[in-house]
Amino acid sequence: MSISEVSGKVLLTHAAGLHARPSVKLTKLAKTFAAKVEVGPGAEGPWIDAKSIVKVMAAKVPQGVNLYVRAEGADAAAAVAALIGLVERDFDETAADAASG
Amino acid sequence: MSANVGIVIVSHSADVARGTAEMVRQMVGDEVSLAFCGGDPGGGLGTNVESIMAAIDSAWSEKGVAILVDLGGAETNSEMAIEMQPRERQSRIVVCNAPIVEGAVMAATEASGGAPLEDVQRTAEELYPG
Repeated sequence: MSISEVSGKVLLTHAAGLHARPSVKLTKLAKTFAAKVEVGPGAEGPWIDAKSIVKVMAAKVPQGVNLYVRAEGADAAAAVAALIGLVERDFDETAADAASG
Repeated sequence: MSANVGIVIVSHSADVARGTAEMVRQMVGDEVSLAFCGGDPGGGLGTNVESIMAAIDSAWSEKGVAILVDLGGAETNSEMAIEMQPRERQSRIVVCNAPIVEGAVMAATEASGGAPLEDVQRTAEELYPG
């Protein structure tokens, strides 16, 4: 099995940034992949384990920054695409949800 | 449901218990079985072993149950409720050393991905390592 690293970035537009509910959604999604998945606020990191709810929430990535995603493993490409898709869809939240943080 | 670790919330206050459970449901979803109890039958503050045992039954999963508590009596009564469980269940129920609301959300998030009980407990306790 070939191990490949895949990366990407997406602008975090969610009004509250990567706060509680978005963090939970991101973590839950990351956990559905076998690949090692990491996120960070810059191309050079610091990299955070996207499957760790405590670490993702503690990072407090704010609105308006590019969220970098990288993954390593058999389903790495699917994992990066899925996480970027979630952020692009604004975490599937309504405006009212976002306003309440 | 029983594929994931269950979560039990034990507070002195019925409102805190209910509100914490609501946060877990709304933030994490319904992939984890969840039960809560709090308050005394008269409507005051308190916890009791019978209610905790019923909550454990309600949230029971073969992968185990993680209990989140608030203050003193909630913890000691939860430990008593665990001791009164069938022996084969006792080793699969833990009281997490974590703040009740945050711990419940963290534990449920970890549990929702199918993590084993040890990982669920560790995640809840990772928040404020002490």
